[in-house]
Amino acid sequence: MTQVERQRWDVVVVGAGGAGLRAATEAREQGARTAVICKSLFGKAHTVMAEGGIAAAMGNANEHDGWEVHFRDTMRGGKFLNQWRMAELHAQEAPDRVWELETWGALFDRTADGRISQRNFGGHEYPRLAHVGDRTGLELIRTLQQKIVALQQEDFRESGDYEAGLKVFQECTVTRIVKDAAGRVAGVFCYERESGRFFVIEASAVVIATGGIGKSFKVTSNSWEYTGDGHALALLAGAPLLNMEFVQFHPTGMVWPPSVKGILVTESVRGDGGVLRNSEGKRFMFDYIPDVFKEKYAESEAEGDRWYDDPENNRRPPELLPRDEVARAINAEVKAGRGSPHGGVFLDVSTRMPAEVIRRRLPSMYHQFKELADVDITAEAMEVGPTCHYVMGGIAVDSDSAAARGVPGLYAAGEVAGGMHGSNRLGGNSLSDLLVFGRRAGLHAAQYAAGLGERPVLDEVQVDAAAAEALRPFSAEGPTPGEAEEGRPPENPYTLHQELQQAMNDLVGIIRREPEMEQALKKLADLRVRARRAGVEGHRQFNPGWHLALDLRNMLLVSECIARAALERTESRGGHTREDWPEMDRQWRHANLLCRLADPTGGLAATDPVRGQIRLEREETEPIRPDLLALFEKEELVKYLSEEELGS
Amino acid sequence: MATGTEPDLDPAGGVRGASRAAIAAPHLRTDRWWLSPALTAAGLLAFVVYSTWRAFANADYYAAPYVSPFYSPCLAENCVPMKGGPNWEIFGSWWGLSPALLILIFPLGFRLTCYYYRKAYYRGFWASPPACAVAEPHKKYSGETRFPLILQNIHRYFFYAAVPVAAILTYDTVLAFRDERYAWGHMGLGTLVFLVNIGLIWAYTLSCHSCRHIVGGKLKHFSKHPVRYRMWQWVGKLNARHMQLAWASLISVAAADLYVYLLATGAFADPRFF
Amino acid sequence: MSSYEAGFRVWRGDIEGGGLEDFKVEVNDGEVVLDIIHRLQATQAPDLAVRWNCKAGKCGSCSAEINGRPRLLCMTRMSVFSREETITVTPLRAFPVIRDLVTDVGFNYTKAREVPAFVPPRELGPGEYRMTQADVDRSQEFRKCIECFLCQDTCHVVRDHEENKAAFAGPRFLMRIAELDMHPLDAAEAEGLDRGTTAQDEHGLGYCNITKCCTEVCPEGIRITDNALIPLKERAADRKYDPLVWLGNTIRRRGR
Repeated sequence: MTQVERQRWDVVVVGAGGAGLRAATEAREQGARTAVICKSLFGKAHTVMAEGGIAAAMGNANEHDGWEVHFRDTMRGGKFLNQWRMAELHAQEAPDRVWELETWGALFDRTADGRISQRNFGGHEYPRLAHVGDRTGLELIRTLQQKIVALQQEDFRESGDYEAGLKVFQECTVTRIVKDAAGRVAGVFCYERESGRFFVIEASAVVIATGGIGKSFKVTSNSWEYTGDGHALALLAGAPLLNMEFVQFHPTGMVWPPSVKGILVTESVRGDGGVLRNSEGKRFMFDYIPDVFKEKYAESEAEGDRWYDDPENNRRPPELLPRDEVARAINAEVKAGRGSPHGGVFLDVSTRMPAEVIRRRLPSMYHQFKELADVDITAEAMEVGPTCHYVMGGIAVDSDSAAARGVPGLYAAGEVAGGMHGSNRLGGNSLSDLLVFGRRAGLHAAQYAAGLGERPVLDEVQVDAAAAEALRPFSAEGPTPGEAEEGRPPENPYTLHQELQQAMNDLVGIIRREPEMEQALKKLADLRVRARRAGVEGHRQFNPGWHLALDLRNMLLVSECIARAALERTESRGGHTREDWPEMDRQWRHANLLCRLADPTGGLAATDPVRGQIRLEREETEPIRPDLLALFEKEELVKYLSEEELGS
Repeated sequence: MATGTEPDLDPAGGVRGASRAAIAAPHLRTDRWWLSPALTAAGLLAFVVYSTWRAFANADYYAAPYVSPFYSPCLAENCVPMKGGPNWEIFGSWWGLSPALLILIFPLGFRLTCYYYRKAYYRGFWASPPACAVAEPHKKYSGETRFPLILQNIHRYFFYAAVPVAAILTYDTVLAFRDERYAWGHMGLGTLVFLVNIGLIWAYTLSCHSCRHIVGGKLKHFSKHPVRYRMWQWVGKLNARHMQLAWASLISVAAADLYVYLLATGAFADPRFF
Repeated sequence: MSSYEAGFRVWRGDIEGGGLEDFKVEVNDGEVVLDIIHRLQATQAPDLAVRWNCKAGKCGSCSAEINGRPRLLCMTRMSVFSREETITVTPLRAFPVIRDLVTDVGFNYTKAREVPAFVPPRELGPGEYRMTQADVDRSQEFRKCIECFLCQDTCHVVRDHEENKAAFAGPRFLMRIAELDMHPLDAAEAEGLDRGTTAQDEHGLGYCNITKCCTEVCPEGIRITDNALIPLKERAADRKYDPLVWLGNTIRRRGR
């Protein structure tokens, strides 16, 4: 039995972004002793990168808004593949979650009558996004961070210990969820990044809130943390992942200089009046309005421009189509040779708004371009192109409780959970998703933990295996003796990571083709074998090479899920575009693709390149509740739903 | 754990303390960081020398119709008579020193406790710190927590005093629209010097951080006090230039005094416009 | 695109000791210092420890000192240096070092806990808060803070005097107090907490000698000294050093 430090908590939250912190506050308020584990410093989570706002139908800007409208927009955006109950709960509860933030000290931008101001965003029928300039994510994370501190101050007043009921383990990484003999969650295995020390937290419930997978792609808006840890933890613990083929490429990332390629340019630029032009100066988005959206979007530039001031009598400009549509359009323009000098298109606000207004409404964009690209966005157009931004797929969860399927005690919320956004997420729905389902996950995890008679007992074999797995990179000395590649030095984890990113970007990127994805699977198998030999220098104390070597396991697992599911789904829908299957297929609407570990007993059958680690399963989606279907016009539904679904 | 560490108590250390990254140099700046504190110190020193000489001189501070701003209001019996000017004999014949000393204490105190000048002399004279991320030479530091520096908190009283002084200097400037025989409606180069000076004095005085606080900064709800909010915004705009105004008004007040001195000593005659 | 080889001196070591190590490394157009540090990791020093996250100046993780000045590695463009210059990168020098460019910033988290949280007004429920933009502008400026702790690092009160760390919250957290004191709906006062006075008495506001280094290094351009620290000093002066204000308040309270 491995001698590692052990601690006991009731609920462990993995990840300290919006979802994780919201889950933690809820669990603590339910009375559960709660530990939060995060890879970075407390308050640095990727949520700070969210710029535009939090979608919530508060109706401050337009009184016609309500949860039903928000629900409709979300379903349309996701091309009706959303787990509809999640979309319903999300639309209903988002306003409460936003208002609650105000009582914790958040300061949103205001309307003239003193309420929370709401802004326009792609795919949202009314101005709906509560925001703070273009740094809404920072406000969200800071507010939740300060709420955690407030709760700790409460504990301090009562017990003299700030960390009696709620503790943040910062700069720690979870590598395994450890279960008991009955297959229930019993704790997590972690290492401290600073010292390399291992420790185990025993807990009856674990909430996974680790965010996304963007670091498997070369051009991404995501930070280094986004290595699909939570997805992999759930898979390895036996929970399935849902619809992993749906990866959102945000239409507007920076394309130059190369070192910042992929960094996000917020959608608010378009929401506030920015337009997309190709190298011929044409607003090309008018040519790319798909049939399902024809009635909702302006046909002429004049109409689109009038909409900003008079949304009642005009239709919105097509720059505000859902993100998948805009990303594909930009991709097509660049391919057709009408791109900007550095391989993007032009996004222009400089001719649309006075410089002073731009600086006030888009301060961090102004700053970002000025500092990083030497471009003054008040005077010239930005160059932008698609960047890997978000994964719609994720851990398959129960809509109401956020419980992962098949593993008692495991919960998931935020980007790492699947279902809510269907095949494509609307801008602004992410922050609200974090809050709504973060709270639900924390609530149900705490209730589950309290409801268990006694704590599950850790399976010590799993603890030992986890420790051995985490130490392997230090003993990687090339191949096992007697094998063909004997004498080769250990692999450099940085090189492996770069090859993985390049492969995913090129072969399973924004536009997908069957032969390329097959090639990607081969490449992934090759990388997986080589990753077994990823070796690191130095010691365990704050060693980034070692950390990356461990994260590679997760990225490879998740990448394979994406590639396999993308190969399987023979249609184009939302964040999944097949060149060989360009149409949306109504028969695929009611199909979910579940990824499971091919060999759940033998750890990772990682050295077998043929079989792969992932097994795909297809399942029928649950029929949409009739009263929710009734919120739509029949003419619209026929575009998405099959005859059988409509008939019932 | 990054949250759990206690600060180590190695008072002598600072950046070279036992827990910090082992770097022998007190700083690694490669730019000319010393230039700004050196210029500040030189500028302030020059003013101190000049103003001390002029304040103690007790001579050549009046050349009709102009009175040196160092000697206005002139509050002692030994003042040079200035027709219509602000000389009130509050201090009798027992006061034998320069009358400038009676009044200069107020603008001096205002500037000495001013948030900008504090920065300037803490950096320039005290080297506390000499520049950002450059280690300061002092072993101990208690800032403005103790006597005497805790007295910096009375800055607002000097502001209250600086306002009437500025008002009197404004009056002097009005008087400067006379000619040397006290006839109204004339202007000379000196009038212009006085106008510029009083403009800068007011701008500096009103841009004061205490003023910004008093007119509106202390409020919690700006929307309930629209007038004070407007004033606060306006003072805020000036306040952003407080440093420039501090220097400009320092130079202009010395220049106004020097101008009067030159006239009074007969170095040249005031060029009259009309 | 033009690339060249630059000279870098990077501090490597830990609490036991260490020193500046020289490197020659390739630099391409448009790169920032963090790109170069990453290139060192990938090619020459795989275990070089550095904190970073967003690489877009939004998270405040990659704080370090470049040529002796506290900066964000991701927002310092290589183009601000000449090609001949050797660029020195060290960890933050006000905090205990852990390894290479990573320091123990626990001081800041300790101080964050000592500032009493926002106090919601009892009479208002969620959704009933009404504030105008003018009311929230001031606090919003302070909430732009990305907690890079460069201001805490550069502030000589703790940088040069370890012994002051116990008594002094540092610019970041004094600004937090100012933010809450200027929050239009913070009900601390109604609950008997006077933030202006406690700033002086418990969080060490008096140590600040307004030499403005915090404002100079702030990557968000927050005017920490002019808009937070000095107004806070004035608020403390209201409570503690101004008999007129004190008298006025007392009379008004009696009159109620």
